[in-house]
This record gives sequence, structure tokens and C-alpha cells, in this order.
Amino acid sequence: MTHGLITVSTELCKGCELCVGACPQACLGLSPSFNARGYRFIALTAATCTGCAACAIVCPDAAITVLRRVRKPRAA
Amino acid sequence: MTPDVTPEGMEVVFRRPASLVDVPTHYCPGCGHGVVHRALAEAIDALGIQATTVGVAPVGCAVFAYDYLDIDMQQAPHGRASAVAAGVKRVLPDRMVFSYQGDGDLAAIGTGETIHVANRGDNILMIFVNNGIYGMTGGQMAPTTPLGMKTTTTPFGREPATAGHPLRITDLVATLPGTCYVTRHAVHTVAAARRLEKAIERAFRLQAEKRGTCFIEIVSACPSGWKMTPREAAAWLDEHMLAHYPLGDLKAPPP
Amino acid sequence: MTSGTGGDIRLMKGNEALAEAALRAGMQAYFGYPITPQSEVLEYLALHAPQHPGTVVLQAESEIAAINMVFGAAGAGARAMITSSGPGISLMQEGLSYMACAQLPALVVNVQRGGPGLGTIQPSQGDYQQAVKGGGHGDYRLIVLAPASVQELVDHVFLGFQLAERYRNPAMILADGALGQMMEKVALPPIGSLAHSTPPWATTGKPKDRPRNVVLSVYIQSERMERQNLVLQEKYRALRETEVRCEQLGMEEADIALVAFGLSARICQKAMDLAREKGIRVGLFRPITLYPFPTAALARAASTVQAFLTVEMNAGQMVEDVRLAVEGRRPVEFTGRMGGMIPSPDEVLAKIEEMAARLRSRARS
Repeated sequence: MTHGLITVSTELCKGCELCVGACPQACLGLSPSFNARGYRFIALTAATCTGCAACAIVCPDAAITVLRRVRKPRAA
Repeated sequence: MTPDVTPEGMEVVFRRPASLVDVPTHYCPGCGHGVVHRALAEAIDALGIQATTVGVAPVGCAVFAYDYLDIDMQQAPHGRASAVAAGVKRVLPDRMVFSYQGDGDLAAIGTGETIHVANRGDNILMIFVNNGIYGMTGGQMAPTTPLGMKTTTTPFGREPATAGHPLRITDLVATLPGTCYVTRHAVHTVAAARRLEKAIERAFRLQAEKRGTCFIEIVSACPSGWKMTPREAAAWLDEHMLAHYPLGDLKAPPP
Repeated sequence: MTSGTGGDIRLMKGNEALAEAALRAGMQAYFGYPITPQSEVLEYLALHAPQHPGTVVLQAESEIAAINMVFGAAGAGARAMITSSGPGISLMQEGLSYMACAQLPALVVNVQRGGPGLGTIQPSQGDYQQAVKGGGHGDYRLIVLAPASVQELVDHVFLGFQLAERYRNPAMILADGALGQMMEKVALPPIGSLAHSTPPWATTGKPKDRPRNVVLSVYIQSERMERQNLVLQEKYRALRETEVRCEQLGMEEADIALVAFGLSARICQKAMDLAREKGIRVGLFRPITLYPFPTAALARAASTVQAFLTVEMNAGQMVEDVRLAVEGRRPVEFTGRMGGMIPSPDEVLAKIEEMAARLRSRARS
């Protein structure tokens, strides 16, 4: 199971690809689909997301929500 | 739009701030305004000041900022947002008040108001988004346009003999004793965007302590005006803009 | 509306009475800039505001900065005022246009001086059209009041704030340098007689229980911009219907009607007395609201009066509105002085006699 996951608000995304440049895992790319405004929106291209949130932080449209695996507490 | 159902075993670690209205913006792809708006909304939420903040929008690409920030706002005549904000603050001294301006608004037509708000030490935050060009009107020269840069009004490149030199307004503002925190930031990298959010929080805290004028410049990309892709614009900003507008604090109180 | 009834009675200079009236009318913020002949307003307020805790008085760096501070303060719900003279009022036009479109109340006072350009510091009425036709860009009007005495100046401060707030539109008192400098007896209303409450649309900080308030004047889609214009036009229609004020002296028996506002009306009052002594039947029609202009009352007067003489301290500005009201039914003539010169009652009398002679010869032929 992937450590991190992003969800994209596809109607807010403008396909600027700043997240693609920021992603240390190179796991983002433009999807082939368009949103209602004519922009190709971003999607995960591999299951290597670590949930670092670099993409979300540089996104000018705040279109990305980042999830991460919950750390289980260590056994005593 | 955050996921309605969080996958099992995962938690949200980053979502758009509540004070940022959930609508598409009119800004061009890759425009820095969006990140600045988000950092501003994050700071407002972190400090819990949505109910006590009043912002003033400029004339420029950010004229519609009131559509994106869920706070009481006014939209000011061109160049005058800092004077409008000063008026708000004088009658509502216990509210957090900020003005938000581009390079034409703050450093061309509004230069007088910018200097005098800072000189009076009016207790507001001035946010200055500097992309070295006039975006809204189609890409004309700004006072902050670098030398040699081609714009629609400097089609052969900006020449000092006719158009003077790029204006480092922030450096002028920092010399005024009424200011307490004058700092220059960017939003094209993760680290820079994180530092901006902290700077905005710090500025609002200083305002609550009535320490004087805070001034945050954000060197930003204008892919449309610069005629580049967003990623090219971010790289160009790094290579050409920051040399003339270096990041960091020009003036800051001891932490 | 108080007018010499009770209250504090003092001998005061116009500019100072204006300032004192503003403090007593509950003005919360004043932003100004020195310009002759009204700098005493700012000076008086700077000196006396500390006795009214919470009142903001600030000398801004220019009239442009000052009007924008008024915009901010008014948008935040405060009762705000600004005073200036012609050149400064010119600088404020963009701000006033924005305020009218954004529906912000505020009181503006123009203590007129001779113009155009830097002009002179002597009194004039040369800014009439700038005041009543909007003055800045776009389809809007200011509510314009024309006091003719220091008492009326004081009363118009209270009336101006009331009308501005009732109609959410900037109101202007069109005074002149003589009124600002002259000393007359005034009765000042008590402090707190004009209540104020923060309006629900003001930008005071958005609590959880309401949507955000936005003060703006931009509606980029034309259909929406037209709707906003219709809102403003409906407001001006209501003003024309309900808020016209004028004074008529001896108009019922008049053959010749003098039409004048402000200082010119006082000169005309003397000229009227002199003319009556010579057996000429003269009346005086004094608009008090210049916008809304007393069009209907003037039109009614045209039924009985034989001719109108408009007297102004300018090249002939209000005379155009008089002609529009009279609609060609009677001759409308003009006499006036420009550039800071003040017409004398004898000059006006000479013109009255000339007109009276023409009326007599027309009656004979």
C-alpha cells in the first residue's frame, strides 16, 4: 500500500505542472482528460507517492489534498 | 474539495485552508497570486483571525481577491489600497488589517501612499506581489521590470536612459523608522512558500502587538506576461529576478 | 433640523463652526490636507478632537490619500468627513466616483476659491458643475448642499451626514471662502444629537453567522454593472422626489426672480431690497439642495414670474440648470463675477433695472 496519496480537485487544477516539477518522486503528470474550463488536470502516474505535500504547497490553485499512512504506535 | 471518505489507515496531512474560498480562480496557470492567497488564508486560519481580519484588494490581477478570501474586504482605487487600509485601521484599531498590491499599484501610482503609510508607521500589513510586469493590462513595463526585459511598452528591452532602473521599493520602505518588519519572499519552491506563510503569521502577530508597519514583498512569476510556461517562469525567476530582488529580511525585530 | 433654536450660542468663524459641528454630529474620522481657505478646519479638529475620545483626525500626505482613507473608514462603517478647496476636490474625484458606486456615505466640504488652475484664494462658486454633475467618471451624483450663512453651514453638517447615511451616497457641502472665513452667531446642537450605528454592510470582520461583506465598485460583466447603475439611478430618483430644499422670498408678487445660492443669495437679498425701494417687483429663489435641484419649484415659479436673473460667482454654471427648469418659457439671464471677485448688490441692481426696462418696453409694444 502506498505511503502517501493525493486527491486532486480537478475543476480547480489548471495543468500548470508546477507540482510535477516539485515532486521528488516524479509521480505526477497531466492526465489525458480535460476539466470544464479546458485544462488538462494533474493525476498520479505511479504508486510511489510518499505524502510529502511538496505538490500541494507549490500549487497555485490549492487543488491538491495530501494523505499519508497513519503511523502505528510502536509496541512497548 | 477534500475527499469525502478517507482511505482506511490514512490521514489528511495537507488540505486547502478553510478561509480560501473553494472556487476556481481567474489567475493564469502558474501565477504566484494563488500561492500567496493560500499562504495568507493559512496564516489567518492558524491564528484564528478570520472574524477579525479586513483586507484591501488592489487594481491589478488580484482585484478579485475578495472572491477567494473568506474575510471582509474592500476593493480600492488603483494604487491606494494601503491608504484605504490605513483608514480602516484608524477606525478599527483592534482588527487585523492588510493591503494586497502588485507592482503597479504599490510601486508606481501608489508610491506616495506606500511611503507615507510606512512613514507614519500605520499598524497594518502591506503585501506586495512583485512580478516585474503589469499582468492585468496585458504585459506592460512595471517600475520593477528588470533591465533588458522585453514588455509590450519596452518592446526592445528596458533601457535605463528612457525608463530608469528597476525600483527596489522594499529597500526604501525598510529605511523608514515606522516599519518593524520588512521582508522579501517567493513562492516558487516548497521552502520559500513555507517561509512566506510563517512570515505572514509573524506580521499579524506584530500587528497585534502594535509594533508598526509590516511589509512583505513576494517575488512572483507571471508566465503570461513573461511569455513562458509556468515551469520556465519559475526557473527564470530563480535565475534573473532574485539577483535583483534578493530574498530575506531587510528589517526584523528580534524574535 | 436645528436652526438657531437653543443649544450653545457662539460667535464663530465659518471653518471653525464647521469643525465644531462635525465633532458634535458624531463624526468619527476626519482625513484632510491643508489648502486655503479651509485649513482652519483641520487645525481646529487637530486641537479639539482629543476632547472627543475615539475621534480620528489625520493630516494625510495629499487629498488623494485623504479621500482613500475616507473610503476605507466609511467602508468600515465609520462616520467620516473630508474638507478641501477646488484643486484638492479635483484630486478626490476618482475616490468619490468609487464611493458613489460602492454606496459609501461620507461628508465632503468644498470651501471654494477662484479658479481654474491654482487660481486665487478668494471666494468663488466656480465648482458648481463639478459638484452637481458628479465630478468624477461615470453615472453618479453627489448630494449637494449650499449654505448661505455660518448657521446654515453648521446645520448642513448634520443634514449632510444624515442624507449621506440614509441614501448611502457621498454628500457635499458647497461652501466658499467667504463663508469659511466670516464670523457669525451660531447655535450649536448638543453633542450626540445625531445617533450612529455601524451599518450591517460594513467591513468590520466576518463573524461566523454572516457571509463576508465586500465593499467594491467593480462588476466586470456589463449586465451586472448595468444593474448596479440602475440601483444608483433609483436612489437619485428618490432623492429628487423627497429631498429637495429651497427658500423663496417674495416670489408670489415678483416680476423678476433672482436665482442664487450661497453667498450670491445674500448679495441678491440686498439687491432685492434696493430694487423694491425703486418699485421693481423682485423675488429671490434660493436653491439649498443643488442636487437634487429644485427643478419643479422653479418650473412652477415660471408661471407667474416674467424673467429670471441668475447671479453666481462664476462664468454661468447654475444658470444652465435654471434654463432647463424653465424650459424656455421665460427669459433667463445671468450676471456674475469670476476668479475670486464678488458681485456687489449695486452691480446686481444695475442688471435688474436693465431687465425691468426691457420688460416694460416689451409690455408696451
